[in-house]
Formats: sequence, C-alpha cells, structure tokens
Amino acid sequence: MSSSVAPARDVPTLRSLQKGQSATIADLRTADTAAVDEHLRRLRELGFLPGEQVRVVARGFPAGDPIAVRIGHATFALRGFEADLILLAPVARS
Amino acid sequence: MTDAATLALVGKPNCGKTALFNRLTGARQKVANYAGVTVERKEGRFTTPGGRGWRILDLPGAYSLQATTPDEVVTRDVLLGTQAGEAPPDGIVFVVDATNLALNLRMVLEVTRLGRPMLVALNMIDVARRRGIEIDVPRLSQRLGVPVIETVAVRAGGEQALLAALESFRPVAAAPSAPAPLPSPEALAREVRAIVADCVREPARDQTVTERLDRVLLHPLVGPLVLGVVLFLVFQAVFGWAQVPMDLIEAGVGWCGEQVRALLPAGMLQSLLVEGVIGGTGSVLVFLPQILILFFFILALEESGYLPRAAFLLDRLMGSVGLSGRAFIPLLSSFACAVPGIMATRTIQNPRERLVTIMIAPLMTCSARLPVYTLVIGAFVPERTVGGLFNLQGIVLFVLYVAGVASAMAVGWAAKRLGARDRIQPLLMELPDYHWPHVRSLAIGLWERARIFLARVGGIILSLMILLWFLSSFPAPPPGATMPPITYSLAGQIGRALEVVFAPIGFNWQISIALVPGLAAREVAVGALGTVYALSQSGDDISASLAPLIAQTWGLPTALSLLAWYVFAPQCISTLGVVRRETNSWVYPLAMAAYLFALAYLASFITYRVALALIA
Repeated sequence: MSSSVAPARDVPTLRSLQKGQSATIADLRTADTAAVDEHLRRLRELGFLPGEQVRVVARGFPAGDPIAVRIGHATFALRGFEADLILLAPVARS
Repeated sequence: MTDAATLALVGKPNCGKTALFNRLTGARQKVANYAGVTVERKEGRFTTPGGRGWRILDLPGAYSLQATTPDEVVTRDVLLGTQAGEAPPDGIVFVVDATNLALNLRMVLEVTRLGRPMLVALNMIDVARRRGIEIDVPRLSQRLGVPVIETVAVRAGGEQALLAALESFRPVAAAPSAPAPLPSPEALAREVRAIVADCVREPARDQTVTERLDRVLLHPLVGPLVLGVVLFLVFQAVFGWAQVPMDLIEAGVGWCGEQVRALLPAGMLQSLLVEGVIGGTGSVLVFLPQILILFFFILALEESGYLPRAAFLLDRLMGSVGLSGRAFIPLLSSFACAVPGIMATRTIQNPRERLVTIMIAPLMTCSARLPVYTLVIGAFVPERTVGGLFNLQGIVLFVLYVAGVASAMAVGWAAKRLGARDRIQPLLMELPDYHWPHVRSLAIGLWERARIFLARVGGIILSLMILLWFLSSFPAPPPGATMPPITYSLAGQIGRALEVVFAPIGFNWQISIALVPGLAAREVAVGALGTVYALSQSGDDISASLAPLIAQTWGLPTALSLLAWYVFAPQCISTLGVVRRETNSWVYPLAMAAYLFALAYLASFITYRVALALIA
C-alpha cells in the first residue's frame, strides 16, 4: 500500500510544519536502508499512518530540532530527519 | 505457593502498568535481572480475595512485538516463551491506556494472536471519563475476543474488578504454539481503527491540559528557564533537606561506635568493628538522605511526565557531545551517586551512546566528593562574601560542580570526534501526558532504590573497608615508633611508594597514603587523612580538626591540586563494579579507570604547577 515513488521536491514533510500548525499525513517515505526501514515500521506502529492528523506542539531551540508533535492522543518528540520521513498533504490551517 | 500460576503484565510504557503492578503486589516484589541481559526483572506475588495465589511478572514496557530495544526484546521473548530461564507465562494481563485506545490496541491485537489466555485491563478509565471518552466495554471485549476489565491503578480499590475477574480466569499451562501470522501494519491499523470507531465515543479533540502545558514548558525560551529553576530547586532541596538526617545518621553511627568501644576491650576486634565495620557502613549510610531526596525528585518528575520534556529541551545540547536527551536522566542521577546513574543507562537504546554516557557519568560531581571538597575548601578558602551576596566558599564549590559537568561534556565531545562516523540516531521519544505523581508508586520506588543501593554498595564498600582496615593495621608499628601507626602498615608502605609518583603533583606522603583506602570510596579519604594525621575523632569532628592541620602544612597549590584530582579520579570501586556489571566486560571498567586517572594526573599537574608559578 505504501507508495514506491520518490516524492516530488516540494511535497511538505513534517519537518517543515510550523509550531501550532496541523496537517494530515499523506504517506511515509520509502526506505533506502534497513535501518530506515526499521524506523519507518516503528513510526507506523506508533500511529504515523496516512490519513492521521498531526499537530506540532513545540520545536527545539535554536534549529527547530527536535520537534514535539501531537498525534491522536499521544505526543512524540522526533528529530528533524525523522520528521522528514513523514509526507504531508498540503498544509491545513491550524 | 508452589502451584501459583504466573501472569505476565504487558503494555506500552506510561500506561500505568507499574502502578497496577504495585497496587496488586504492594511491597511483595523481587527485583533482579533476566539471564544474560541487563534488563530488570520484576516479579511479585498477590492473592485474590477468593484465596487464589498468583505470581506476576512486570514485563518491560514495549510498543510492539517487533522489538527494537533490549527491553522490548525481553518482553517479546518472555511472551513467546523463548527467554532463557523463563517458562512462558500461564496468562497475560495486557494493560491499556483508556485515554489512547488507538495507540494501545495495535499491540493488543498482536498479542492476542499468540493464542494465550489473556485479559485486558482498561486502565486510567477515570481520566478517560473525565475527558468525556466513552468506551463500550462489552463490545470491545467481543471485538478483541478477550475479557476487558476496567481498572484505576492509582486509586485504592481500583484493581477490584481485575481481582474479581482473576478468580475465574483459567490460565492454561500449554506449550506455546506458533502465533497466528501477523497482518501487514496497514491492515492491522485498519482493524484498530475499525474497533475504535465501533467502541469508542469521544468529543471533538481540542487541546488537552498536556498540550497547553507543553506550549509553555517546551517553549524555546521559557522551557529552559523553567528547567533551570526546577533543577536549582531540586539541588537546593537535596543539600538543604539532607542536612538534618545526615547529622542524625552520623550521630547514630558515632553512638554505635561508642557502644562497641565501651563493650569490647581495646584491641584488634574492637578496632575492626569500630573503624572497619561501623566506620565503613557509616560512611556509606551518611549519603543515603541525599540520594533518597534526589531520587524522590527524579521519580516524581518522571511520574509527572516532565523528564522527557527536559530530555527534549536538552537534546540539542547533548547532541553537541554525541549524546541525546535520553542521557539526561542517568547523568542527573549521577549527581547523587554514579552507581544508580549508570544503572539508569539501560533506557538508552543506542549502544555507543549508552557506553559514552556510562563512561562520563563518574565525572558528574557525586555527593561522595563533598566531604573532600568541604574539607579542602574549609581549610583554604577564606569565609568571605563576594559582591555582598555570594559566599566565596560556595562559589568555589559551584565552580567544582561546573568543572565536573564541563569535563564530562569535553570527554563526550572527544569521544564523538574520535569515534566512527556514526549516523545520527533517531530520537522518537514519547512525551506522556502529564499527571500528578502517585504517592504509593513514589514510596515503593524509593524503597526499591534504597534497598538496591544499600545492598550493592554497602556490600562492596563494607568488604573493602574491612580489607583496607587490614591493610592499614598490619603489620603493627614496631616498639618505639614515632610516626602514626598507619605509616608502618601495608597501606602506609604502598602510600610511601606512591609518593614518588605523586610528588610532581604536590601530594605529600600523608595524602598519598590516604588515597589508598580512598580508592574504596571518595569520602573515605577524609577519614583516612584523619587516621594518617593520628586523629581519633569521627565525622565532622575530623574535618574540624584536620582543617587547621592541613592549612598549615599543605600549601595552596597542593590543596588546589587535590581538588583537581578529585574532579576526575575514579576513587570509587563501586562505580567500577557497576560498570563491569552493566557492560558485561572487564575492558570498560579498566579503560574507565585508566582514562580517569590519566585525566586526574594531568589536571592535578597543571593545577599544581600553575599555582606554584603564580604564587612564586
């Protein structure tokens, strides 16, 4: 079910979401290494799935890394490169 | 209770599993290790009102049977029956957080496929109701195919329904069959969504208290400020509140010593008991109040959900030295004592990060350094007020604390530069919802920590104290001896030999000798100095008597050199012992001792020479 096409350059990812903004997950990137694959599986297990709503609660200082996101009833902290694995549908108003 | 069946308590982290375990078993718990791994094994016993006895195993929190951390590997292996030394559990109690069914149900479905007798404990049902979440329990039970019981682990009586259900629960000690094949994550997710849609009614999601708090506590500027204040208050409490209990313990130990001295004739046995055993245990016990107070705050912060936020705020800073925010808690614990701090590194998933954290934990200024710092600062730093507000002695102490942290970060940074080009590690850390810490869990947690600390550290230190007592007492001084007895003993001979090594950094033979028994534990050095200078008081009295003595005989460069030595030197056998346990190898404790002694010598050398040059 997950796409095997590399996303276009301008597809927004969770990394680019601003604090307080919400968005819907479109898909997860495809893995290029076994480690990333395992990480993607863990993200899916935790509920980062297409169709789910995410909202950025906080961003780290100074580089906006890590990112705290609210998904469902849980909050998770992700590094920038992890958030980059999560592709979003065009950003909604928060 | 030889025929008590075994239940396995499973659930994701932060679902109240341990609170439920505590409520069921009370203090009837046993903590050990799983065979071959450094993962904590918690087993307890309880009896239902109807008289059925159960053994229950609190398995490490796991998000999935597809394990990624050592903790999760153990949970998976125990459930599958493949964990060495563990029979597969007769029954499974899966604890689910009712406020977030969607996240929890996935693994429930995974575990039901194991075909083992199972109950689901729907925990935090009170919080869910408060938030307006309604769960159709019978329907959920039907969809999952297992009984679902409501529990409120933090409230007295909240486990009644579970106990009632366990009366008629029929565990089957069957051989584990191969689990039914798992559908794809997407299919599983669809099934979870369908069940949630069917059984759960909740109001439209607006911002919860947790989110609103996080906006402040994770704010890039306010967040670190709040963290700083919290840490400051904690340290104030640790040092302020601990004074009275510490004085009480010292008085108690002194009293015991007096009693034994009065009861026994002077001689070897009396000396062994008073100085070796009582003096030895006393020097460990006196730190227990500080350790307990610090752990009280750490456990309370952990229970409340704040510690992962602290890890979030510090993640960037720790990243600069090759660690992640997860290293914060073990390093914070190391301020009380590196032994529990190093044990706490089990939560760090990445092996390299875990190793580096272990290696730098002893650089955190632990409470055992305080007697040495206090002695030297008291003798050499004048009691002056700087800027009308700050105590000069306090400032020097603070500088020593900062030196510890700075050196730890420097070593971490060096390890990062020298290490292999490690790909950046993922963080993916859950920030659980905030809730008030539960007094019962805190009490049980503290009791456990105290027990572990006393048993492990007291065991090693006590035996070493006795050993060192022997080394310091034999051979006895020849008749007509003029020096303190210890100089003629084995320890004294070793110390005098060491003086050759230590002379370049300004240590005289008294200090050199004192460092030998001081290897057992840092605080022992003060008592050892007292022995060397032929003093016979104990505790604070030694400090008070020693201070003028060393102020006259040492000189400032030596004093500063000794302080620098203590910032780095691994004068603590217990720490090396726990590193051996946690790494399952002799290489790492030996490497740690080597690099720390090398740094200590270097720092002392530089300090001594610079101080000498400046004063001349």
